[in-house]
Amino acid sequence: MDLFNIFIQAAFIENLVLIYFLGMCSYLAVSKSVKTAVGLGLAVIFVLGITMPINWLISEYLLSETGLFGMDLTFLRLILFIAVIASMVQLVEMVIEKVSPPLYNALGIFLPLITVNCAILGGSLFMVSREYNLAESAAFGLGGGFGWFLAIVAIAAIREKIQYSNVPAPLRGLGMAFLLTGLMGLAFMSLMGIDPDALGAN
Amino acid sequence: MAETAVKTAKKESTFAFGKKERKLIGDPLNDNNPITVQVLGICSALAVTTLVKQAVVMSIAVVFVCGLANLAISLLRRSVPKQVRMIVQLVVIAFLVTIVELTLKALDYEVYKQLSVFIGLIITNCIIMGRLEAFAMANDPWRSFLDGIGNGLGYGAILIIVAVLREIFGKGQLLGWKLIGGEDALINTTGGGYLNNNLFVLSASAMFIIAILIWIHRSYNRKLVDIS
Repeated sequence: MDLFNIFIQAAFIENLVLIYFLGMCSYLAVSKSVKTAVGLGLAVIFVLGITMPINWLISEYLLSETGLFGMDLTFLRLILFIAVIASMVQLVEMVIEKVSPPLYNALGIFLPLITVNCAILGGSLFMVSREYNLAESAAFGLGGGFGWFLAIVAIAAIREKIQYSNVPAPLRGLGMAFLLTGLMGLAFMSLMGIDPDALGAN
Repeated sequence: MAETAVKTAKKESTFAFGKKERKLIGDPLNDNNPITVQVLGICSALAVTTLVKQAVVMSIAVVFVCGLANLAISLLRRSVPKQVRMIVQLVVIAFLVTIVELTLKALDYEVYKQLSVFIGLIITNCIIMGRLEAFAMANDPWRSFLDGIGNGLGYGAILIIVAVLREIFGKGQLLGWKLIGGEDALINTTGGGYLNNNLFVLSASAMFIIAILIWIHRSYNRKLVDIS
């Protein structure tokens, strides 16, 4: 498949948050204001884009039967993937702090939070089960991150506005966030009609 | 904080099962439900609830991992330096999840295929990390174990309620048994006159059901209402 197709598919048609419900926890917790949502969204794009190719290399050259150790080590996959994610998040944090202090301050506590964002690990596991190659997994990572970014910024904007509406008290806050996410999920579902192969043909 | 917890734990007998311990299990089912109140572990709660069987398997897996991870971290809590505790927690959880994954693969390959990545995602299920950080790091092993079981059950309860609703209305069946509608309800409308509601098969319906559960829960439990 074309790389651009994979990007579009990951970002819109198979949006990680709205179709697969990955990364819901931080999505619900950090979507109270647009500003913080943008910060977290950028960090997720960043980490997904980096960890995907690395995890691909690991599962291809270390864990597979044709890899470095010459035996099937796939039972170590979960442990290695999560270790890579945790250390990459740490590394990214240190690099950003050195290179660009303003960006580091903007992202703040969201960087360490990303370790336990299921979208990251989920992305890596999807990558394995769909048998992407290196470039495709990078495109999938960036696309998935972009989709996640779009979703969290959109819900944050809606939640900022909905504060002015007269919502029944028990539904305020969390309940409303769930309802909105469900509606957004339905809206994104209409994008399923896009045929990625037809996109590439044009 | 850890020291005071140790002191109080020493005064009480280690394996008591009194009022306090019952509260540890009962609280997550109502006042402190992981999904509707703590907002933890939503990701997997929504994706695996189209069929009751999947939801039950998932709940059992989470109860198992949550209970044992809490127990293990609570036993290790004094020997692990604070800087590396996240890595240690993740390794313990990943180890337990791998056990669950391999067991399920051997026992029921069909369900294993359906759950696909979501078994692996128990690792990043925030309920487990959250309880480890909030409870197991500061309490003795027995109580941590109960807390883990309680939170796993609270999570499972919501999961199963959502799954039952989705399976009955979306597929007209419960655990694979046909309840309403005919054999081929989409074409043959004579089977009780019920057409499967496809909205309940879509993942968005889980969001609506949980929103409604939160609404009901907070209507009789007013202290949980979000004031802001």
